[in-house]
Amino acid sequence: MKENWEAVIGLEIHAQLSTETKIFCGCATSFGDEPNANTCPVCLGLPGALPVLNNHVVDLGARAALSLALHINEESVFSRKNYFYPDLPKGYQISQFDRPFSERGVLEVMTATRDEAGHVREWRPMTVRITRMHLEEDAGKNVHEGLPDTDRYSYVDLNRAGTPLAEIVTEPDFRSSWEAYDYVNHVRRALQWVGASDADMEKGNLRCEANVSVRRKSEEQFGTKVELKNLNSVRFMQRAIEYEIDRQIKLIESGGRVTQETRLWDDRAGETRVMRSKEEAHDYRYFPEPDLQPLVVTPEFIESVRAAMPELPEARRRRFMQDYELSYNDAAQLTSEIALANYYELTAKAASNPRGASNWIRSELLRELEAADVAVADSPVKPEELGALVRIIDEGGISGKQGKEVLIEMFATGKTAAAIVEERGLAQVSDTGEIEGVIAEVLAANPPQVAQYRAGKEGLFGFFVGQVMKASKGKANPKLVNELLKKKLSES
Amino acid sequence: MPITESDIEKIAKLAHLEITDEERRALTPQIASIVAYVEQLNELDTSQVEPATGGFTPEGERTRAGRDDVRHRSLGQAAALDQAPDPSHGYFRVPKVL
Repeated sequence: MKENWEAVIGLEIHAQLSTETKIFCGCATSFGDEPNANTCPVCLGLPGALPVLNNHVVDLGARAALSLALHINEESVFSRKNYFYPDLPKGYQISQFDRPFSERGVLEVMTATRDEAGHVREWRPMTVRITRMHLEEDAGKNVHEGLPDTDRYSYVDLNRAGTPLAEIVTEPDFRSSWEAYDYVNHVRRALQWVGASDADMEKGNLRCEANVSVRRKSEEQFGTKVELKNLNSVRFMQRAIEYEIDRQIKLIESGGRVTQETRLWDDRAGETRVMRSKEEAHDYRYFPEPDLQPLVVTPEFIESVRAAMPELPEARRRRFMQDYELSYNDAAQLTSEIALANYYELTAKAASNPRGASNWIRSELLRELEAADVAVADSPVKPEELGALVRIIDEGGISGKQGKEVLIEMFATGKTAAAIVEERGLAQVSDTGEIEGVIAEVLAANPPQVAQYRAGKEGLFGFFVGQVMKASKGKANPKLVNELLKKKLSES
Repeated sequence: MPITESDIEKIAKLAHLEITDEERRALTPQIASIVAYVEQLNELDTSQVEPATGGFTPEGERTRAGRDDVRHRSLGQAAALDQAPDPSHGYFRVPKVL
Protein backbone atom coordinates (compact mmCIF):
# COMPACT_ATOMS: atom_id res chain seq x y z
CA MET A 1 0.00 0.00 0.00
CA LYS A 2 1.11 3.53 -0.64
CA GLU A 3 3.04 5.31 2.11
CA ASN A 4 0.62 7.89 3.43
CA TRP A 5 -2.59 5.87 2.99
CA GLU A 6 -4.38 3.59 5.37
CA ALA A 7 -7.07 1.00 4.64
CA VAL A 8 -9.99 0.43 7.00
CA ILE A 9 -11.67 -2.97 6.70
CA GLY A 10 -14.56 -4.64 8.50
CA LEU A 11 -15.75 -8.19 7.88
CA GLU A 12 -19.00 -10.12 7.98
CA ILE A 13 -18.84 -13.90 8.08
CA HIS A 14 -21.82 -16.19 7.61
CA ALA A 15 -21.13 -19.65 8.97
CA GLN A 16 -23.52 -22.56 8.60
CA LEU A 17 -24.03 -24.30 11.94
CA SER A 18 -23.54 -28.08 11.74
CA THR A 19 -27.05 -29.34 12.43
CA GLU A 20 -28.87 -32.26 10.87
CA THR A 21 -32.01 -30.22 10.32
CA LYS A 22 -32.99 -26.65 9.54
CA ILE A 23 -33.30 -23.91 12.16
CA PHE A 24 -37.11 -23.73 12.26
CA CYS A 25 -38.25 -27.08 10.79
CA GLY A 26 -37.14 -30.71 10.61
CA CYS A 27 -36.03 -30.72 6.96
CA ALA A 28 -32.53 -32.02 6.31
CA THR A 29 -29.68 -29.56 5.78
CA SER A 30 -27.77 -32.02 3.58
CA PHE A 31 -25.98 -30.69 0.54
CA GLY A 32 -26.40 -31.86 -3.06
CA ASP A 33 -29.85 -33.48 -2.91
CA GLU A 34 -32.29 -33.03 -5.78
CA PRO A 35 -33.69 -29.49 -5.87
CA ASN A 36 -36.56 -28.66 -3.52
CA ALA A 37 -36.67 -32.19 -2.06
CA ASN A 38 -35.82 -31.08 1.50
CA THR A 39 -38.71 -28.69 1.95
CA CYS A 40 -41.90 -28.45 4.00
CA PRO A 41 -44.62 -25.85 4.60
CA VAL A 42 -42.36 -23.96 7.05
CA CYS A 43 -39.33 -23.48 4.81
CA LEU A 44 -41.50 -23.01 1.71
CA GLY A 45 -43.25 -20.16 3.52
CA LEU A 46 -46.72 -21.62 3.01
CA PRO A 47 -49.56 -19.76 4.76
CA GLY A 48 -50.13 -20.71 8.37
CA ALA A 49 -46.90 -22.63 8.85
CA LEU A 50 -45.16 -21.83 12.14
CA PRO A 51 -41.45 -21.91 12.95
CA VAL A 52 -40.15 -23.94 15.90
CA LEU A 53 -36.57 -23.32 17.01
CA ASN A 54 -34.08 -26.19 16.72
CA ASN A 55 -32.49 -26.52 20.20
CA HIS A 56 -29.23 -27.75 18.74
CA VAL A 57 -28.79 -24.40 16.97
CA VAL A 58 -28.65 -22.75 20.38
CA ASP A 59 -26.05 -25.22 21.59
CA LEU A 60 -23.83 -24.77 18.52
CA GLY A 61 -24.39 -21.02 18.54
CA ALA A 62 -23.19 -20.90 22.16
CA ARG A 63 -20.10 -22.92 21.29
CA ALA A 64 -19.35 -20.61 18.34
CA ALA A 65 -19.84 -17.50 20.48
CA LEU A 66 -17.58 -18.75 23.27
CA SER A 67 -14.88 -19.82 20.81
CA LEU A 68 -14.80 -16.21 19.59
CA ALA A 69 -14.77 -14.67 23.08
CA LEU A 70 -18.26 -13.22 22.66
CA HIS A 71 -20.63 -12.34 25.46
CA ILE A 72 -23.84 -14.38 25.18
CA ASN A 73 -27.06 -12.49 25.96
CA GLU A 74 -29.38 -14.33 28.28
CA GLU A 75 -32.27 -13.07 26.21
CA SER A 76 -32.19 -12.42 22.47
CA VAL A 77 -35.00 -11.76 20.02
CA PHE A 78 -35.68 -12.99 16.50
CA SER A 79 -36.80 -10.34 14.04
CA ARG A 80 -38.18 -10.29 10.53
CA LYS A 81 -35.94 -8.73 7.93
CA ASN A 82 -38.26 -7.84 5.08
CA TYR A 83 -37.22 -7.90 1.44
CA PHE A 84 -38.47 -9.44 -1.76
CA TYR A 85 -36.35 -11.85 -3.73
CA PRO A 86 -37.25 -15.21 -5.29
CA ASP A 87 -34.97 -17.19 -2.95
CA LEU A 88 -36.87 -15.89 0.08
CA PRO A 89 -40.31 -17.47 0.00
CA LYS A 90 -41.81 -15.77 3.05
CA GLY A 91 -40.85 -12.27 1.92
CA TYR A 92 -38.77 -11.94 5.07
CA GLN A 93 -35.78 -13.63 6.62
CA ILE A 94 -35.96 -14.58 10.27
CA SER A 95 -32.85 -13.01 11.74
CA GLN A 96 -31.88 -11.05 14.83
CA PHE A 97 -31.63 -7.29 14.92
CA ASP A 98 -31.50 -5.12 18.03
CA ARG A 99 -31.06 -7.95 20.50
CA PRO A 100 -28.58 -10.44 19.04
CA PHE A 101 -27.64 -13.81 20.49
CA SER A 102 -24.13 -12.62 21.41
CA GLU A 103 -22.01 -9.48 21.16
CA ARG A 104 -18.89 -7.58 22.24
CA GLY A 105 -16.10 -10.06 21.62
CA VAL A 106 -12.46 -9.07 21.94
CA LEU A 107 -10.35 -11.62 20.16
CA GLU A 108 -6.61 -11.98 19.95
CA VAL A 109 -5.62 -13.18 16.49
CA MET A 110 -2.13 -13.99 15.21
CA THR A 111 -1.33 -12.16 12.00
CA ALA A 112 1.80 -12.01 9.93
CA THR A 113 3.69 -9.37 8.04
CA ARG A 114 4.36 -10.77 4.59
CA ASP A 115 6.57 -10.00 1.64
CA GLU A 116 5.28 -9.12 -1.83
CA ALA A 117 4.83 -12.79 -2.72
CA GLY A 118 2.73 -13.37 0.39
CA HIS A 119 5.40 -15.31 2.30
CA VAL A 120 5.30 -14.90 6.04
CA ARG A 121 8.00 -12.70 7.56
CA GLU A 122 6.91 -12.47 11.16
CA TRP A 123 3.91 -13.33 13.30
CA ARG A 124 2.45 -10.89 15.79
CA PRO A 125 -0.77 -10.74 17.83
CA MET A 126 -3.57 -8.35 16.85
CA THR A 127 -6.77 -7.46 18.67
CA VAL A 128 -10.06 -7.73 16.77
CA ARG A 129 -13.32 -6.44 18.19
CA ILE A 130 -16.29 -8.56 17.18
CA THR A 131 -19.41 -6.45 17.30
CA ARG A 132 -21.93 -9.25 17.36
CA MET A 133 -22.79 -12.79 16.34
CA HIS A 134 -26.45 -13.44 15.71
CA LEU A 135 -28.47 -16.44 14.58
CA GLU A 136 -30.58 -16.51 11.44
CA GLU A 137 -31.93 -18.64 8.62
CA ASP A 138 -30.33 -18.89 5.21
CA ALA A 139 -32.20 -18.11 1.99
CA GLY A 140 -32.63 -20.55 -0.89
CA LYS A 141 -30.50 -20.61 -3.99
CA ASN A 142 -31.21 -18.91 -7.29
CA VAL A 143 -29.78 -20.71 -10.30
CA HIS A 144 -28.95 -18.54 -13.30
CA GLU A 145 -27.10 -20.95 -15.56
CA GLY A 146 -27.01 -24.55 -16.73
CA LEU A 147 -30.77 -24.76 -17.35
CA PRO A 148 -32.93 -23.85 -20.39
CA ASP A 149 -33.74 -20.22 -21.26
CA THR A 150 -31.66 -18.65 -18.50
CA ASP A 151 -31.71 -15.44 -20.51
CA ARG A 152 -35.36 -15.13 -19.52
CA TYR A 153 -35.69 -17.26 -16.39
CA SER A 154 -34.07 -17.90 -13.03
CA TYR A 155 -34.61 -21.14 -11.14
CA VAL A 156 -35.16 -21.43 -7.40
CA ASP A 157 -34.03 -24.29 -5.16
CA LEU A 158 -35.29 -23.97 -1.58
CA ASN A 159 -33.30 -26.86 -0.07
CA ARG A 160 -30.98 -24.34 1.56
CA ALA A 161 -33.81 -22.08 2.76
CA GLY A 162 -33.94 -22.28 6.55
CA THR A 163 -30.44 -23.62 7.08
CA PRO A 164 -29.07 -22.21 10.37
CA LEU A 165 -26.43 -19.52 10.11
CA ALA A 166 -24.33 -17.55 12.55
CA GLU A 167 -23.49 -14.10 11.25
CA ILE A 168 -20.29 -12.71 12.75
CA VAL A 169 -19.67 -8.99 12.32
CA THR A 170 -16.47 -7.16 13.25
CA GLU A 171 -15.66 -3.54 13.92
CA PRO A 172 -13.55 -1.90 11.18
CA ASP A 173 -10.37 -3.12 12.86
CA PHE A 174 -8.31 -4.45 9.95
CA ARG A 175 -5.70 -2.29 8.26
CA SER A 176 -4.57 -4.67 5.54
CA SER A 177 -5.87 -7.52 3.40
CA TRP A 178 -3.58 -9.95 5.20
CA GLU A 179 -4.97 -9.03 8.61
CA ALA A 180 -8.43 -9.83 7.23
CA TYR A 181 -7.08 -13.08 5.78
CA ASP A 182 -5.55 -14.18 9.09
CA TYR A 183 -8.74 -13.30 10.97
CA VAL A 184 -11.00 -15.34 8.68
CA ASN A 185 -8.68 -18.32 8.98
CA HIS A 186 -8.70 -17.90 12.75
CA VAL A 187 -12.52 -17.90 12.82
CA ARG A 188 -12.71 -20.88 10.48
CA ARG A 189 -10.39 -22.94 12.65
CA ALA A 190 -12.17 -21.90 15.85
CA LEU A 191 -15.60 -22.89 14.52
CA GLN A 192 -14.35 -26.24 13.22
CA TRP A 193 -12.43 -26.83 16.43
CA VAL A 194 -15.50 -26.58 18.68
CA GLY A 195 -17.67 -28.46 16.18
CA ALA A 196 -19.97 -25.48 15.52
CA SER A 197 -19.48 -25.40 11.75
CA ASP A 198 -17.68 -27.29 8.99
CA ALA A 199 -16.66 -23.80 7.84
CA ASP A 200 -15.80 -25.07 4.37
CA MET A 201 -15.81 -22.14 1.93
CA GLU A 202 -15.88 -24.39 -1.12
CA LYS A 203 -19.14 -25.94 0.00
CA GLY A 204 -20.44 -22.48 0.76
CA ASN A 205 -20.92 -23.13 4.46
CA LEU A 206 -18.66 -20.20 5.29
CA ARG A 207 -19.14 -17.00 3.33
CA CYS A 208 -17.55 -13.59 3.79
CA GLU A 209 -18.19 -10.02 2.85
CA ALA A 210 -15.77 -7.16 3.38
CA ASN A 211 -16.36 -3.44 3.87
CA VAL A 212 -13.37 -1.53 2.56
CA SER A 213 -12.49 2.15 2.69
CA VAL A 214 -9.26 4.14 2.57
CA ARG A 215 -8.09 7.38 4.16
CA ARG A 216 -4.93 9.46 4.32
CA LYS A 217 -3.00 8.58 7.47
CA SER A 218 -3.42 12.09 8.81
CA GLU A 219 -7.23 11.86 8.61
CA GLU A 220 -9.42 10.77 11.48
CA GLN A 221 -12.62 10.28 9.53
CA PHE A 222 -13.32 7.07 7.66
CA GLY A 223 -13.61 7.23 3.89
CA THR A 224 -16.66 6.07 1.95
CA LYS A 225 -16.92 2.31 2.20
CA VAL A 226 -17.48 -0.23 -0.52
CA GLU A 227 -18.98 -3.63 0.19
CA LEU A 228 -17.27 -6.61 -1.47
CA LYS A 229 -19.13 -9.82 -2.24
CA ASN A 230 -18.59 -13.09 -4.09
CA LEU A 231 -15.48 -13.87 -2.08
CA ASN A 232 -15.46 -17.64 -2.49
CA SER A 233 -12.21 -18.42 -0.72
CA VAL A 234 -10.05 -16.71 1.87
CA ARG A 235 -7.41 -16.10 -0.77
CA PHE A 236 -9.99 -14.55 -3.14
CA MET A 237 -11.08 -12.28 -0.32
CA GLN A 238 -7.51 -11.17 0.32
CA ARG A 239 -6.95 -10.44 -3.37
CA ALA A 240 -10.25 -8.62 -3.72
CA ILE A 241 -9.47 -6.36 -0.74
CA GLU A 242 -5.98 -5.67 -2.07
CA TYR A 243 -7.40 -4.74 -5.46
CA GLU A 244 -10.09 -2.57 -3.92
CA ILE A 245 -7.66 -0.63 -1.68
CA ASP A 246 -5.53 0.10 -4.70
CA ARG A 247 -8.51 1.11 -6.83
CA GLN A 248 -9.81 3.53 -4.20
CA ILE A 249 -6.45 5.19 -3.60
CA LYS A 250 -5.89 5.69 -7.33
CA LEU A 251 -9.39 7.02 -7.74
CA ILE A 252 -8.97 9.63 -4.99
CA GLU A 253 -5.46 10.61 -6.05
CA SER A 254 -6.69 11.28 -9.57
CA GLY A 255 -9.32 13.63 -8.18
CA GLY A 256 -12.27 11.19 -8.11
CA ARG A 257 -14.58 10.17 -5.28
CA VAL A 258 -15.40 6.69 -3.97
CA THR A 259 -19.12 5.97 -4.23
CA GLN A 260 -20.87 3.82 -1.70
CA GLU A 261 -21.75 0.62 -3.54
CA THR A 262 -21.59 -3.15 -3.57
CA ARG A 263 -18.95 -4.70 -5.81
CA LEU A 264 -18.41 -8.29 -6.86
CA TRP A 265 -14.99 -9.91 -7.10
CA ASP A 266 -14.23 -11.53 -10.43
CA ASP A 267 -11.21 -13.71 -9.80
CA ARG A 268 -10.63 -14.56 -13.44
CA ALA A 269 -10.42 -10.92 -14.40
CA GLY A 270 -8.70 -10.07 -11.08
CA GLU A 271 -10.96 -7.08 -10.44
CA THR A 272 -14.05 -5.92 -8.59
CA ARG A 273 -17.16 -4.75 -10.45
CA VAL A 274 -20.19 -2.74 -9.40
CA MET A 275 -23.18 -4.87 -8.48
CA ARG A 276 -25.48 -2.19 -7.15
CA SER A 277 -25.15 1.30 -5.83
CA LYS A 278 -26.35 2.15 -2.35
CA GLU A 279 -28.96 4.53 -3.66
CA GLU A 280 -31.10 1.46 -4.03
CA ALA A 281 -30.25 0.68 -0.44
CA HIS A 282 -32.63 -1.71 1.21
CA ASP A 283 -35.05 -0.65 3.86
CA TYR A 284 -35.57 -3.89 5.72
CA ARG A 285 -38.29 -2.67 8.08
CA TYR A 286 -37.23 -5.02 10.87
CA PHE A 287 -39.76 -5.96 13.51
CA PRO A 288 -39.86 -8.66 16.19
CA GLU A 289 -40.92 -12.11 14.89
CA PRO A 290 -44.32 -12.62 16.54
CA ASP A 291 -44.27 -16.39 15.92
CA LEU A 292 -41.23 -17.01 18.12
CA GLN A 293 -40.54 -16.46 21.77
CA PRO A 294 -37.45 -14.52 22.81
CA LEU A 295 -34.54 -16.94 23.00
CA VAL A 296 -33.68 -17.37 26.66
CA VAL A 297 -30.49 -19.07 27.80
CA THR A 298 -29.58 -19.44 31.46
CA PRO A 299 -26.16 -18.70 32.96
CA GLU A 300 -26.09 -22.41 33.92
CA PHE A 301 -26.53 -23.39 30.29
CA ILE A 302 -23.74 -21.06 29.17
CA GLU A 303 -21.47 -22.45 31.88
CA SER A 304 -22.25 -26.04 30.89
CA VAL A 305 -21.33 -25.29 27.28
CA ARG A 306 -18.17 -23.54 28.40
CA ALA A 307 -17.21 -26.47 30.62
CA ALA A 308 -17.66 -28.93 27.76
CA MET A 309 -15.51 -26.90 25.36
CA PRO A 310 -12.12 -28.25 24.34
CA GLU A 311 -9.01 -26.17 25.02
CA LEU A 312 -9.07 -23.54 22.26
CA PRO A 313 -6.52 -23.65 19.43
CA GLU A 314 -4.49 -20.57 20.39
CA ALA A 315 -4.18 -21.65 24.01
CA ARG A 316 -3.14 -25.07 22.86
CA ARG A 317 -0.55 -23.69 20.44
CA ARG A 318 1.02 -21.67 23.26
CA ARG A 319 1.04 -24.71 25.51
CA PHE A 320 2.68 -26.86 22.81
CA MET A 321 5.44 -24.26 22.46
CA GLN A 322 5.96 -24.07 26.18
CA ASP A 323 5.55 -27.68 27.31
CA TYR A 324 7.00 -29.44 24.27
CA GLU A 325 9.52 -26.80 23.16
CA LEU A 326 8.11 -26.65 19.65
CA SER A 327 8.69 -23.72 17.32
CA TYR A 328 5.82 -21.34 16.50
CA ASN A 329 5.40 -22.79 13.02
CA ASP A 330 5.45 -26.40 14.17
CA ALA A 331 3.00 -25.74 17.00
CA ALA A 332 0.74 -23.74 14.68
CA GLN A 333 0.71 -26.56 12.14
CA LEU A 334 -0.09 -29.16 14.80
CA THR A 335 -2.98 -27.03 16.08
CA SER A 336 -4.47 -26.36 12.65
CA GLU A 337 -7.23 -28.83 13.49
CA ILE A 338 -8.28 -30.44 16.72
CA ALA A 339 -7.92 -34.03 15.49
CA LEU A 340 -4.28 -33.36 14.58
CA ALA A 341 -3.55 -31.68 17.93
CA ASN A 342 -5.06 -34.67 19.74
CA TYR A 343 -3.11 -37.10 17.57
CA TYR A 344 0.10 -35.22 18.27
CA GLU A 345 -0.27 -35.24 22.04
CA LEU A 346 -0.98 -38.98 22.15
CA THR A 347 2.00 -39.69 19.91
CA ALA A 348 4.31 -37.46 21.96
CA LYS A 349 3.26 -39.28 25.11
CA ALA A 350 3.73 -42.76 23.64
CA ALA A 351 7.12 -41.78 22.19
CA SER A 352 8.28 -39.93 25.31
CA ASN A 353 9.76 -37.57 22.75
CA PRO A 354 7.60 -34.53 21.91
CA ARG A 355 9.90 -33.07 19.29
CA GLY A 356 10.51 -36.43 17.65
CA ALA A 357 6.77 -37.00 17.50
CA SER A 358 6.29 -33.56 15.97
CA ASN A 359 8.90 -34.25 13.29
CA TRP A 360 7.54 -37.67 12.39
CA ILE A 361 3.98 -36.41 12.14
CA ARG A 362 4.76 -33.28 10.15
CA SER A 363 7.29 -34.70 7.73
CA GLU A 364 6.15 -38.32 7.32
CA LEU A 365 2.64 -39.05 8.55
CA LEU A 366 0.93 -35.99 7.06
CA ARG A 367 2.45 -36.76 3.67
CA GLU A 368 1.09 -40.31 3.78
CA LEU A 369 -2.33 -39.09 4.89
CA GLU A 370 -2.45 -36.52 2.14
CA ALA A 371 -1.35 -39.00 -0.53
CA ALA A 372 -4.07 -41.43 0.59
CA ASP A 373 -6.59 -38.62 1.09
CA VAL A 374 -7.35 -39.80 4.61
CA ALA A 375 -8.27 -37.53 7.54
CA VAL A 376 -5.94 -37.65 10.52
CA ALA A 377 -8.76 -38.96 12.71
CA ASP A 378 -9.04 -41.99 10.39
CA SER A 379 -5.31 -42.61 10.15
CA PRO A 380 -4.61 -46.35 9.82
CA VAL A 381 -1.56 -45.72 12.02
CA LYS A 382 -2.81 -44.92 15.50
CA PRO A 383 -0.88 -42.35 17.57
CA GLU A 384 0.20 -44.96 20.11
CA GLU A 385 1.74 -46.98 17.26
CA LEU A 386 3.53 -44.03 15.72
CA GLY A 387 4.81 -43.21 19.21
CA ALA A 388 6.07 -46.77 19.57
CA LEU A 389 7.90 -46.48 16.25
CA VAL A 390 9.60 -43.24 17.32
CA ARG A 391 10.63 -44.95 20.54
CA ILE A 392 12.16 -47.93 18.70
CA ILE A 393 14.19 -45.51 16.59
CA ASP A 394 15.24 -43.45 19.60
CA GLU A 395 16.42 -46.56 21.38
CA GLY A 396 18.57 -47.51 18.40
CA GLY A 397 16.46 -50.53 17.43
CA ILE A 398 16.32 -49.40 13.80
CA SER A 399 17.69 -46.44 11.87
CA GLY A 400 15.64 -43.39 10.97
CA LYS A 401 15.79 -44.39 7.33
CA GLN A 402 14.41 -47.83 8.11
CA GLY A 403 11.80 -46.14 10.27
CA LYS A 404 10.41 -44.32 7.25
CA GLU A 405 9.97 -47.61 5.40
CA VAL A 406 8.38 -49.20 8.45
CA LEU A 407 5.92 -46.30 8.72
CA ILE A 408 4.88 -46.72 5.08
CA GLU A 409 4.22 -50.41 5.71
CA MET A 410 2.35 -49.65 8.95
CA PHE A 411 0.23 -47.23 6.96
CA ALA A 412 -0.50 -49.78 4.25
CA THR A 413 -1.09 -52.84 6.43
CA GLY A 414 -2.11 -51.52 9.84
CA LYS A 415 0.53 -53.71 11.49
CA THR A 416 2.47 -52.47 14.50
CA ALA A 417 6.02 -51.16 14.18
CA ALA A 418 7.36 -53.95 16.37
CA ALA A 419 5.69 -56.63 14.22
CA ILE A 420 7.13 -55.21 10.99
CA VAL A 421 10.62 -54.84 12.46
CA GLU A 422 10.42 -58.45 13.61
CA GLU A 423 9.02 -59.83 10.34
CA ARG A 424 11.47 -58.03 8.13
CA GLY A 425 14.32 -58.86 10.50
CA LEU A 426 15.17 -55.20 10.66
CA ALA A 427 16.16 -55.06 14.27
CA GLN A 428 19.53 -53.44 14.52
CA VAL A 429 22.27 -55.36 16.20
CA SER A 430 23.48 -53.17 19.02
CA ASP A 431 25.21 -55.97 20.86
CA THR A 432 28.86 -54.91 21.07
CA GLY A 433 30.14 -58.48 21.28
CA GLU A 434 28.28 -59.58 18.19
CA ILE A 435 29.49 -56.63 16.13
CA GLU A 436 33.06 -57.14 17.34
CA GLY A 437 32.85 -60.72 16.12
CA VAL A 438 31.79 -59.60 12.65
CA ILE A 439 34.54 -56.98 12.55
CA ALA A 440 37.12 -59.56 13.48
CA GLU A 441 35.92 -61.76 10.60
CA VAL A 442 36.04 -58.92 8.11
CA LEU A 443 39.53 -57.84 9.15
CA ALA A 444 40.77 -61.43 9.01
CA ALA A 445 39.39 -61.84 5.49
CA ASN A 446 41.04 -58.68 4.12
CA PRO A 447 44.67 -58.51 5.36
CA PRO A 448 46.01 -56.37 2.42
CA GLN A 449 43.40 -53.63 3.02
CA VAL A 450 44.11 -53.70 6.75
CA ALA A 451 47.79 -53.23 6.12
CA GLN A 452 47.16 -50.37 3.64
CA TYR A 453 44.82 -48.62 6.08
CA ARG A 454 47.30 -48.86 8.88
CA ALA A 455 49.95 -47.50 6.55
CA GLY A 456 47.87 -44.33 6.25
CA LYS A 457 45.30 -44.99 3.52
CA GLU A 458 42.39 -43.85 5.67
CA GLY A 459 40.01 -43.66 2.72
CA LEU A 460 39.60 -47.41 3.11
CA PHE A 461 37.54 -46.89 6.25
CA GLY A 462 34.34 -46.78 4.23
CA PHE A 463 35.27 -50.10 2.63
CA PHE A 464 35.44 -51.77 6.04
CA VAL A 465 32.14 -50.24 7.14
CA GLY A 466 30.55 -51.57 3.96
CA GLN A 467 31.95 -55.05 4.49
CA VAL A 468 30.75 -55.15 8.10
CA MET A 469 27.29 -53.96 7.18
CA LYS A 470 27.13 -56.50 4.39
CA ALA A 471 28.26 -59.32 6.66
CA SER A 472 25.61 -58.32 9.20
CA LYS A 473 22.97 -58.10 6.45
CA GLY A 474 22.53 -54.41 7.17
CA LYS A 475 21.41 -54.97 10.73
CA ALA A 476 24.45 -53.74 12.61
CA ASN A 477 23.91 -50.41 14.32
CA PRO A 478 25.97 -48.11 12.04
CA LYS A 479 27.04 -45.85 14.87
CA LEU A 480 28.45 -48.75 16.85
CA VAL A 481 30.13 -50.20 13.76
CA ASN A 482 31.94 -46.92 13.22
CA GLU A 483 33.09 -46.70 16.79
CA LEU A 484 34.23 -50.30 17.12
CA LEU A 485 35.94 -50.37 13.70
CA LYS A 486 37.98 -47.27 14.53
CA LYS A 487 39.05 -48.88 17.75
CA LYS A 488 39.98 -52.24 16.16
CA LEU A 489 41.87 -50.70 13.26
CA SER A 490 43.93 -48.49 15.53
CA GLU A 491 44.97 -51.51 17.62
CA SER A 492 47.79 -53.47 16.16
CA MET B 1 -48.67 9.55 10.65
CA PRO B 2 -50.44 10.50 7.42
CA ILE B 3 -49.75 8.25 4.44
CA THR B 4 -48.67 10.12 1.33
CA GLU B 5 -48.38 9.12 -2.29
CA SER B 6 -44.59 8.99 -1.96
CA ASP B 7 -44.97 6.39 0.84
CA ILE B 8 -47.01 4.26 -1.52
CA GLU B 9 -44.39 4.63 -4.20
CA LYS B 10 -41.65 3.56 -1.80
CA ILE B 11 -43.60 0.53 -0.59
CA ALA B 12 -44.30 -0.50 -4.17
CA LYS B 13 -40.64 -0.19 -5.04
CA LEU B 14 -39.55 -2.28 -2.04
CA ALA B 15 -42.04 -4.95 -3.11
CA HIS B 16 -40.85 -4.76 -6.74
CA LEU B 17 -44.36 -3.76 -7.82
CA GLU B 18 -44.95 -1.45 -10.75
CA ILE B 19 -48.02 0.68 -10.15
CA THR B 20 -49.57 3.32 -12.37
CA ASP B 21 -50.21 6.89 -11.27
CA GLU B 22 -53.86 6.06 -11.18
CA GLU B 23 -53.31 3.05 -8.91
CA ARG B 24 -51.11 5.11 -6.66
CA ARG B 25 -53.81 7.75 -6.28
CA ALA B 26 -56.41 5.08 -5.58
CA LEU B 27 -54.25 3.13 -3.09
CA THR B 28 -53.11 6.07 -1.01
CA PRO B 29 -56.42 6.76 0.80
CA GLN B 30 -57.14 3.02 1.11
CA ILE B 31 -53.86 2.24 2.83
CA ALA B 32 -54.12 5.46 4.84
CA SER B 33 -57.43 4.31 6.27
CA ILE B 34 -56.04 0.87 7.17
CA VAL B 35 -53.08 2.46 8.95
CA ALA B 36 -55.37 4.88 10.75
CA TYR B 37 -57.48 1.97 11.94
CA VAL B 38 -54.48 0.14 13.37
CA GLU B 39 -53.15 3.36 14.83
CA GLN B 40 -56.02 3.41 17.30
CA LEU B 41 -53.83 1.00 19.30
CA ASN B 42 -51.51 3.91 20.02
CA GLU B 43 -54.21 5.45 22.17
CA LEU B 44 -53.60 2.75 24.78
CA ASP B 45 -51.20 3.61 27.57
CA THR B 46 -48.59 0.81 27.42
CA SER B 47 -45.96 2.53 29.55
CA GLN B 48 -46.42 -0.08 32.30
CA VAL B 49 -46.48 -3.09 29.93
CA GLU B 50 -43.43 -5.20 29.11
CA PRO B 51 -42.90 -5.60 25.35
CA ALA B 52 -43.69 -9.17 24.36
CA THR B 53 -43.26 -11.46 21.38
CA GLY B 54 -44.50 -15.00 20.94
CA GLY B 55 -47.42 -16.79 22.54
CA PHE B 56 -48.65 -16.86 26.15
CA THR B 57 -50.45 -19.44 28.21
CA PRO B 58 -53.83 -18.48 29.69
CA GLU B 59 -51.91 -17.76 32.92
CA GLY B 60 -49.73 -15.23 31.14
CA GLU B 61 -46.61 -17.41 31.10
CA ARG B 62 -44.46 -17.54 27.98
CA THR B 63 -44.97 -20.71 26.00
CA ARG B 64 -41.81 -22.77 25.76
CA ALA B 65 -41.28 -24.30 22.33
CA GLY B 66 -38.19 -25.88 20.92
CA ARG B 67 -37.45 -29.02 19.00
CA ASP B 68 -34.69 -31.59 18.96
CA ASP B 69 -32.45 -31.76 15.93
CA VAL B 70 -34.33 -34.68 14.37
CA ARG B 71 -35.47 -34.95 10.79
CA HIS B 72 -39.10 -35.02 9.89
CA ARG B 73 -40.35 -36.23 6.55
CA SER B 74 -40.03 -33.48 4.00
CA LEU B 75 -42.53 -32.96 1.19
CA GLY B 76 -40.18 -34.07 -1.56
CA GLN B 77 -39.73 -32.37 -4.88
CA ALA B 78 -43.01 -33.33 -6.56
CA ALA B 79 -45.26 -32.22 -3.71
CA ALA B 80 -43.20 -29.08 -3.08
CA LEU B 81 -43.72 -27.98 -6.68
CA ASP B 82 -47.31 -29.18 -6.99
CA GLN B 83 -48.90 -25.79 -6.41
CA ALA B 84 -46.18 -23.74 -8.11
CA PRO B 85 -47.35 -21.67 -11.08
CA ASP B 86 -44.34 -22.49 -13.25
CA PRO B 87 -42.23 -25.43 -12.10
CA SER B 88 -39.45 -26.60 -14.38
CA HIS B 89 -36.71 -29.24 -14.06
CA GLY B 90 -37.42 -29.63 -10.34
CA TYR B 91 -37.15 -25.90 -9.67
CA PHE B 92 -39.51 -23.03 -9.12
CA ARG B 93 -39.08 -21.06 -12.32
CA VAL B 94 -39.34 -17.28 -12.08
CA PRO B 95 -38.67 -14.31 -14.37
CA LYS B 96 -34.96 -13.64 -14.59
CA VAL B 97 -33.40 -11.92 -11.60
CA LEU B 98 -29.87 -10.52 -11.17
